[in-house]
This record gives sequence, structure tokens and C-alpha cells, in this order.
Amino acid sequence: MARATSRPVSRALPKCPTGIQGLDEITRGGLPRGRPTLVCGPAGCGKTLLAIEFLVRGATRYDEPGVFMAFEETAEELTQNVRSLGFDLDELSGRKKLAVDYVHVERSEIEETGEYDLEALFIRLGYAIDSVGARRVALDTIETLFGGFSDPALLRAELRRLFRWLKDRGVTAVITGERGDGTLTRQGLEEYVSDCVISLDHRVTEQMATRRLRVVKYRGTTHGTNEYPFLIDERGIEVLPVTSLGLEHAASEERVSTGVPALDAMLGGRGLYRGSSVLVSGTAGVGKTSLAAHLAHAACGRGERCLYFAFEESLGQVVRNMRSVGIDLEPWVKKGLLRFQAARPTLYGLEPHLAGMHKAVRDFEPSVVVVDPITNLVTVGSAAEVKSMLVRLVDLLKVRQVTALFTSLTHGGGSLEQTDVGLSSLIDTWLLLRDIERDGERNRGLYVLKSRGMAHSNQIREFLLTDRGIQLRDVYLGPEGVLTGSARLAQEARERAAEQSRKEEVERRRRESERRRGALQAQMAALRAELEAEEEAIRRMTDQESGRQERLLADRQEMARSRKANGTEQGDLGNHKRGARR
Amino acid sequence: MTKATRGRAPRAKAEAPGAASEFWNLRLYVAGQTPKCVAAIRNLNRFCEEHLAGKYRIEVVDLLENPRLARDDQILAIPTLVRKLPEPLRKIIGDLSNTERVLVGLDLRPQADAGSE
Repeated sequence: MARATSRPVSRALPKCPTGIQGLDEITRGGLPRGRPTLVCGPAGCGKTLLAIEFLVRGATRYDEPGVFMAFEETAEELTQNVRSLGFDLDELSGRKKLAVDYVHVERSEIEETGEYDLEALFIRLGYAIDSVGARRVALDTIETLFGGFSDPALLRAELRRLFRWLKDRGVTAVITGERGDGTLTRQGLEEYVSDCVISLDHRVTEQMATRRLRVVKYRGTTHGTNEYPFLIDERGIEVLPVTSLGLEHAASEERVSTGVPALDAMLGGRGLYRGSSVLVSGTAGVGKTSLAAHLAHAACGRGERCLYFAFEESLGQVVRNMRSVGIDLEPWVKKGLLRFQAARPTLYGLEPHLAGMHKAVRDFEPSVVVVDPITNLVTVGSAAEVKSMLVRLVDLLKVRQVTALFTSLTHGGGSLEQTDVGLSSLIDTWLLLRDIERDGERNRGLYVLKSRGMAHSNQIREFLLTDRGIQLRDVYLGPEGVLTGSARLAQEARERAAEQSRKEEVERRRRESERRRGALQAQMAALRAELEAEEEAIRRMTDQESGRQERLLADRQEMARSRKANGTEQGDLGNHKRGARR
Repeated sequence: MTKATRGRAPRAKAEAPGAASEFWNLRLYVAGQTPKCVAAIRNLNRFCEEHLAGKYRIEVVDLLENPRLARDDQILAIPTLVRKLPEPLRKIIGDLSNTERVLVGLDLRPQADAGSE
């Protein structure tokens, strides 16, 4: 349904991209083409700059020349003012891409002697538009006219005519207006410019100034309605819509090492996904920075660039301290692979910080970014603001496939896992370093609280800072709980001793059984010999017995022979037998 | 443009305005023949005949024909009358129907005051 209705609208309402970073995303494509847009806000909020950038981008990117009609600054002043933002108005004017017309309005120089109108303004504007073939027009700040002429009714009529005229000319116009008391503009320009109204703001909270932009109204189209922070830096305006980047970034399958092999092993055996975000949280002095330094060291070792935002320590300090754990970052700094950006968070507001980070990331194009620590930024803004800033930072880094490591200082008391929950949803891999105090020792334990998309270890590891870098050791999980440090070493010694005695016992038993086997075998041999002797005797007995029988028979025949017995006797005997049978 | 007129301006400034020797170089910017413009031309001619007879020159510039001049001469309202001479340059807008204000605008007022004294 929504789609069915929005389609014809978007067809009916062509948009004119401003080319201002972020603004086109909020307005879903730009300002209404061929119509005037009102940009209002208090003094110094960036109205003029927005108008200028709209024209400059139009001229340079979209081949749409523009006319800037200035009521407050002369063309020279304007050119100078925006040069620091990288806009060369003279060059654009020279190429006929831009016409700047300064309209001088000074009440004291104008004497009114009867009826008049502002036809000459139209003529000037028309001439300027024709001279460069302008498609875009900016009027800054047209309300100045109200200070120059005494008849507001006439001015209103003329402004109404002007906006109608601009529409008829088909130019996309930006009209700036100063914020009034309770109204968007002092002279109620919003009554005339009804298509699109953008409000800029420049608020100071807790001594930190933040610029914000809001699309108050945009007829006939959807638009982001929130207040979006925006920055002005040497590239012009950058609006930072929180959700502008969406969740459309590609997910890399490539893995990168954390620089600590044992940690890589914990993370599914292969380390982090490229472009993922890592949060390392822990209390003071647990080794967050060292872990970050390992990642940086590993990245530089692969020949990748690493950008290190240090909010607590200077470059020299980090380099020195990391050398003590066996990581020498200095060569990478010299090689240009590692860049440090150290600043106190309180130096300026959150938005400039974010801007600075954006810029550095864009310029340096690192593959690894370290922010150490993010918690210090909380001193600059509220937790919600810091979170929204980090969302944007994380998004920026993800889109660029930059692996990011944020360290976060958690405070004692309360659950360590809870202090950072606000951030945890943004983070792909969350490592928790915690102190384990026992037996008068403080040792460090490392957990992988979560790591998206990999079978990570659920085990706690003891985290050792040695002069050869970070080492991870398995901790002892005994009946008395987790053992680390000396307790672990003692346990290891005990285990080794137990192992030794167990080995000796086994050996003793082995020898014992050997001996017994020998004895038994001897016994078996004796028995076998006995058996054989027995068998021999029996055989001999049997032999003698059969010999005796034969001899007995032979003797009897011999005896018979010797008694001269012959066949008769034998025959009688035979007959007798036969008779008996009968 | 007849800008190179006699270098009378400094003296004119020093003397009381409206000295007989002063020459008035006036330029009226109009845009086409609108009623306001026509009225302005008519009013200006009448005014000059009344107050500056014989020592003025009027130049009428139609911005529709020379739009560039609107920018160069910082013209915003139509009609606009510019007193180019005597210096300093002065601008009057409107159809010049209010003679009193034209006198003030052209700095002729002191003379009128002097006359009345």
C-alpha cells in the first residue's frame, strides 16, 4: 500500500541532489527540483555555507550551474570565507559555473518617494541565471530586504511573487532565513516556501557546541525527521544520519589475526573477520592497550595500514609502553603504516571528534582502526550521544571493511558485562579482560563474551603480559575455582610432582610383574619337565608290558614245542570243542 | 555615460547645496513602461523643471534592455533615481510622487530650508 502510493509521488516529485554528504540520504534524494527550499536557523549555524555548497556541488558534480545572490556579504568576502572549505568561487565564476551577485541593501541610503516594486531584483536574478544557464539559485539572506524597505506588506507581496517566479523559471532554489522568536524565520518566510523547510541549529550543551539539522517539512515525500548532527570541516558540510548507512555492508569471510596466536585460537582458530568490530573492555590496567597494540602490530606486519586514535596517551607514551611488552611500534610509524591520532577527548565536542575520525579514515584508508579508549568520550557527551556517534563510526568502518578495535574502560563494582551493554549490540567480537584477585595477587583473565559468526572458545584464559608480548594460558578450573598466577604455578608444580610419582609407581609395577612373570615361567618349565618325565615313565612301562606279553606267548609256544606236542593234541582239542558245541 | 563632467563636485560639497553653478546629473532606472515607471518619468521631469531648471540632465535607463546595469549600479527597486552628480551618490526609490521626500532624497532640502529662513 505504502509502496503503491509512494511511487507516483516520487515520480511526480523529482529531486535535486545537493551533493552534501548525508543530506541527500535524509531527504531521500535531495531537495525538490524546481522549487524553493527554505533553510533557516540562528546566526552562525551554517545556512550560508549550506547554500554555497549546494551550488558548488551542483556546479562541480551535477553540471548544474548556480547563482548565489548574497544580501549580507560581498562576493569577495564570500569567496574568502568559503576558500577555507575548499570552495574556489573565483574559479567557478571564471568557468561560468557560478554567478555571485551581492545585493547591497542599506536603509539609510534609500529614500522612498512613492510607489515602487522590486522588479530590478528580478531582472538582476534573471540576468545572472541567464549568464551562466543556472539551474540552482541561492538567496542569502533575503530577509535583509525587510531592513532596507519600509513597507513590509509590499515586500511580502514581492517575495511571494519572487518565489512564484523562481518556480516558473524551473530553478531549484535555496532561501536562507534567520530564526525568529518562536517562528522558523523572522519574517515568516515559511509561509511562502511551503515545499521544503530545513532547520539548522547550533546548540551548546555543557560547553560543547553541536550543530544539528532537521528537515521540518518536505511536502510530498518521506524524509528523515530526526535532528541530525552535522559538521563543518574543510570539506564543507557533512550531515551524519545515524541510520544512513543502514546494514548493507558486505560481510567478509577473510580472517585476520589479532596478533596473539592463542587469542586467534580462541576465536574459532583463525582470528577475527576482516571488517568486524571488536570491543575490549576491562578495568584499569588489565592490558587493553597492549591487546590493541598487538592488533596494530600484526596489521602493520602484514603490510596493512593501521590508524590508532589515542585518547589517553601520546604517541611516545604508547610506543615506549608497548616496547616493554616486546612490541616495537616505532618502525611502523616511521614506515607510515601506523598513524597515531592522539587528542584529549575534552579538546572539542563529540561531533568534531567524529568528523576528525571520519576524515582520518578517509585520508589514511587504514585496514585496522584502534580507538583507545572510547569511554573517555563519555566525558564529552552523554552516553546516548556517544553511542549514536559510535554507531556512526562503526558503520563507517564497516562499510570500508575496516577492522576496528575499541577499548572500553569499565569501573569496578557492578557487573562488567553490563556496563557496556549499550555498545554490545554494535560489536561483533567482545573480549572481556578482568582481574582475578586471589591469594594476595591480581591476575588477568580473558574471556570471549561473544564473537559473531565463529565457534569461539567459552573458556577463560589467563592473560599474561610478558616481555615477549601477550601470552594466554589455560587457567585451572579446580574444586576451589579458577586458579591463576602463583596459584596456577603451584598447582602446575603439584601436578608435575604427582605425575612424576605416578610414573615411578608404574615403573615399579612394571618391574614387579616382569619379575613374577619370570618366576612363573620358570615354574611352568619345571612342571613341563616333570610331566615329560612322567610320560616317559609311562611309555616305558607300556613298552615293557607289551614286550612281556610277547615273550610270554613266545615262551608258551616254545614250551609247547619242547613238550613235543604236535598237531594231534591240537586236533583233539579241536574236536572236543566241536562236540561240545553240538 | 557622461561621467567625466566638470570637476565641480568637491566645491559643491563645500558650498551650500543648490548653488547656482551646480550641475545635476540624474539617472532614472525603469523596467519597461509600467504605470509606476511612466509616473516616475513624468514626476521627475516636472520636479527638475521646478527645482533645477537649466542645470540638470536626466538619463533614463530601461533595465529590461540593459539588465546588466541593475547589478553594476546596485539597483533593487523600480523605479530608482540615482543622483550621480553632484556627489555623493544618492538613491531614491519610488515613483517620485512625494515631492517632499524627493527633496530630502536629493539633498535639496537644506536649500528649501535656507529659502524659508
